[in-house]
Amino acid sequence: MAASESYPDDLRYHPEHDWARVEGEEAVLGITWYAQDALGELVHYEAPEVGSTLRKDGAYAEVESVKAVSDVIAPLSGEVLEVNQKVVDEPETVNEDPYGGGWLVRIRLADAGEADGLLDVAAYKAHIAEQ
Amino acid sequence: MDLIYEKSRPGRRAGRVPTYDLPVPEIPPEFARANPPRLPEVPENEVVRHFTALADRNFGIDTGFYPLGSCTMKHNPRVNERAAALPGFRDLHPLQEDEGAQGALALMWELEQILIEVAGLPAVTLQPAAGSQGELTGLMLMRAAFADRGEPGRNVIVTPDTAHGTNPASVTMTGFELAKVATTDRGNLDLDDLRAKVDDRTAGLMLTNPSTLGLFDEGIEEVAQIFHDRGALLYYDGANLNAVVGRSRPGDMGFDIVHYNLHKTFSQPHGGGGPGGGPVAVTQELEPFLPSPTVVRDGDAFRLEHDRPRSIGRVRGFAGPFGVFVRSYAFMRAYGPALKDMSETAVLNANYLLAQLKDAYELPYDRLCMHEFVLSARALKREHGITALDVAKRLMDHGIHPPTIYFPLVVQEALMIEPTETETKERLDEFVAAMRSIAEEAATDPETLKQAPLTRPVRRLDEVKAAKQPVVRYAFDDAGSPDRIGAR
Amino acid sequence: MSGQGSPAPAGYLSLTDADREAMLEAIGVESVDALFEQIPDGVRFDRPLAVPEALPEAVLVRHLEELAGRNADTGRELSFLGMGIYDHYVPAIVDTFLSRGELLTAYTPYQPEMSQGVLQAIFEYQTAICELTGMDVSNASGYDGTTVAADACFIARAHTGRSRIVLAETLHPMARQVVKTYAPGFGMDVVEVPHDGGTTDPERFGEAARDAAIAIFQQPNAFGCLEPAPDLAAAAAEGGALPVAHVDLASLGLLEAPGNYGCAMAIGEGQSIGNYQSYGGPHYGFLAARSEFIRRMPGRIVGETTDLEGKRGFVLTLQTREQHIRREKATSNMTTNQTLLALGGLITFCWLGPEGLRELGETCTALAGYAKGRVPLPLAFERPTFKEVAFRTPVDAREIVRRAREHGVHPGYPLGRDYEGLDDVLLVALTEKRTPSDIDRLAEVLAEVTA
Repeated sequence: MAASESYPDDLRYHPEHDWARVEGEEAVLGITWYAQDALGELVHYEAPEVGSTLRKDGAYAEVESVKAVSDVIAPLSGEVLEVNQKVVDEPETVNEDPYGGGWLVRIRLADAGEADGLLDVAAYKAHIAEQ
Repeated sequence: MDLIYEKSRPGRRAGRVPTYDLPVPEIPPEFARANPPRLPEVPENEVVRHFTALADRNFGIDTGFYPLGSCTMKHNPRVNERAAALPGFRDLHPLQEDEGAQGALALMWELEQILIEVAGLPAVTLQPAAGSQGELTGLMLMRAAFADRGEPGRNVIVTPDTAHGTNPASVTMTGFELAKVATTDRGNLDLDDLRAKVDDRTAGLMLTNPSTLGLFDEGIEEVAQIFHDRGALLYYDGANLNAVVGRSRPGDMGFDIVHYNLHKTFSQPHGGGGPGGGPVAVTQELEPFLPSPTVVRDGDAFRLEHDRPRSIGRVRGFAGPFGVFVRSYAFMRAYGPALKDMSETAVLNANYLLAQLKDAYELPYDRLCMHEFVLSARALKREHGITALDVAKRLMDHGIHPPTIYFPLVVQEALMIEPTETETKERLDEFVAAMRSIAEEAATDPETLKQAPLTRPVRRLDEVKAAKQPVVRYAFDDAGSPDRIGAR
Repeated sequence: MSGQGSPAPAGYLSLTDADREAMLEAIGVESVDALFEQIPDGVRFDRPLAVPEALPEAVLVRHLEELAGRNADTGRELSFLGMGIYDHYVPAIVDTFLSRGELLTAYTPYQPEMSQGVLQAIFEYQTAICELTGMDVSNASGYDGTTVAADACFIARAHTGRSRIVLAETLHPMARQVVKTYAPGFGMDVVEVPHDGGTTDPERFGEAARDAAIAIFQQPNAFGCLEPAPDLAAAAAEGGALPVAHVDLASLGLLEAPGNYGCAMAIGEGQSIGNYQSYGGPHYGFLAARSEFIRRMPGRIVGETTDLEGKRGFVLTLQTREQHIRREKATSNMTTNQTLLALGGLITFCWLGPEGLRELGETCTALAGYAKGRVPLPLAFERPTFKEVAFRTPVDAREIVRRAREHGVHPGYPLGRDYEGLDDVLLVALTEKRTPSDIDRLAEVLAEVTA
């Protein structure tokens, strides 16, 4: 079952429809409800390798539906500590629970200050209203 | 229906291979096959019934109207098949000495002359196997030309946002970088955007004209000027050549390299996905770089020229897909100069459909079209939740193959319609009636539309399942073998 | 319409004058010329095309028959030409189904409900190719036996991140030439390993394969010899390169499947099963791989699924690999492939069955053995063979071919056309269509022209 539209208050957002949950020196990243809705049911998650480096605004992974493929953009820079194996095995988890079980990677932040440059929920909602 | 493998029973067979009363030398055991391949064991009548049933579950131009945009699904004259099956063509070995292949070489040379006249460029290679391989060839030619000019730094290819996906893919496969240029509200290349993107690093442009929107680029002369002023080259993707034969020539538009799709414009049957043919024409400047071999005429004799020191090399085996050449040559010789009527009729048919449908569907670019046009089901989606996919599936219940959908990407809910020149007005009118009835049905009975098709051998198929757990071969009885894709 | 030159052929265009008038009126223009006004004046073509006049069908056929009659096809000359394209028998039912309009005149099965026939046939073809090669996944076909070698290199580049291609010199010369044409665009370079008495030395092959992306050899090789294929594959793998075998489908009833001796991929030219020689094409190339390469495969792949009612059906799958979706990041730029020719292959496999394929191989090797005994020339290489035998000629083999053809026999392929130092080697191909008495005739003519 696909989730219904939502954008949690406690997340920071990237205009390319990615979210970050900052937890101290680490962060968990994923794609937003809007992004998974545009793609449709995911059938593949091409994950980065643990230990690889993410650069803010750069592509770090790919998600695929049957008819579309999309780069996943890093909202923050850092080193990959963990990849969500559940999404590798069952990519539709992202559609079912984009902010919970459908997270994509956990990283160690390179620069905690970068998060200040991301959108808050109000700004992101305004951004998608323009799309 | 069952797979042919499911109809197999040990000990049955169809064909017999000649055996002679000779000793069979033993294959050294280290090379010999340990287990026979599990090919079907079926008698000939069951093989015939199987493939007859498969043919029955398929839809071709021979079955009905097939307005698949960008693919030019025109009638395939059967005399072309008879020609390709003449033993002198069909049973000719490609390494036969030139002296023993004079008829084949003459046909290829004559085909080249017609292609040269159609494109308005002086030299042709027939070698590429399809349009997409023609693209690779063309880009390699650009690379060779710039190396020869001492400008190896030219590494950027410009393509419009309406381009076929093959264009950017070809750019990557030949090691170039891609720059994208926008399209204006009238469907022409945005000249301001273009001027900003063309510089000394630009190798060239890849353009389909008319574009994938079915519109002739009204600024093509300026476009060519912009590239040539900067020393860059222009590549013509011939996917839409069926619009302009005898009316406008890519060479005269300023293109330096052109590929033809023999399976589109010149009637090689599409064969369920192929074969095709993708000859490439070029300017005199680029001729030395064409793939080897080329066909050369010496008086009344013809030969393959292999000694081409500046050639980019070979892009395919032998001299190209010869059977395709026979069919396209037969097609051209049936028309003669009236090839122009072919394009004129294709354009007339498309504009007629456009005129009859533009009040029932949205028309994003409201102009006369060339040989095809793009409608949008956006309004149906907004008002009734009916998408281009639903329209396509419902057309099947009317006995019509759907148009190309969701392409080009610049149009939402796109329906790309190309009737070609060979249809009767009654067929075109049937299509109009079907499309209009579907638009009405979207308002009155959207649920039925969502269920379509209802009359085909299968209903809508689960593509998500197919992609998630790919089963790409029959599993026989080795299910559970973990390293085997296809194990169920 | 144009009103100039010859009329369009009846039956190719379908509009009457009345249709045309009604359609122009519906469009709201006076003439067809008005439809072409969007073409700028400067690029309009305003003279008749200078192409040969139109021919009515009966005259056209006579013209084509005249051209075809100027070719020395294998029905007019007793031919032993091979070297990648072979005069094997094509079953009659191949002609029957390749001319069925529902299959012949369809395009790529983008709309699966309209295309279950072609889709299921491709699925069955993929199954046959996987069975024969011992691989997990096959695409729906490549252009030919040369371009699939380039495809394999592109896969290896992406998979290994390495850039060197290693080719055995005994890989078909045209496949090597095509790889060399493509390699610079892939950012790859090519190393070739010379043969050693007709086959490739595994040690040398392994050395070259060190830190390479891919190492390709051919079995049986371009000289007709059987390569030490398992050792070559192992040597390449040890060097870290993906071992790839270029194989002849007609041999796989007798020879081991590449997947069973460690190859990552198996590729080849399919012509020998179900396609006519046709002066070099169109034919089908095949490309099969182990499952780990499935997302890097070029071209179409058909997968099994179910419909709304749970019924089995087939669709194009993993399409996000392909150019129409992934564009500049696609695994290939391929769209049109060789489906109809691959269908010829599938039908032939169904006709032969496993027994027939084995018999086909046995007849070819038996005839090759017979030729070795009958042809009055020394063998060029002391190696086991399958269906081609290389003989040493006393003068340039090109000259032998010229002389033999005067007797109505094409004795084979002069390897000097492609290989330096092999000017005196003639490659003789034996298919099941040649008989022992054909070989007697070959032997007789060769005795005469080499005397």
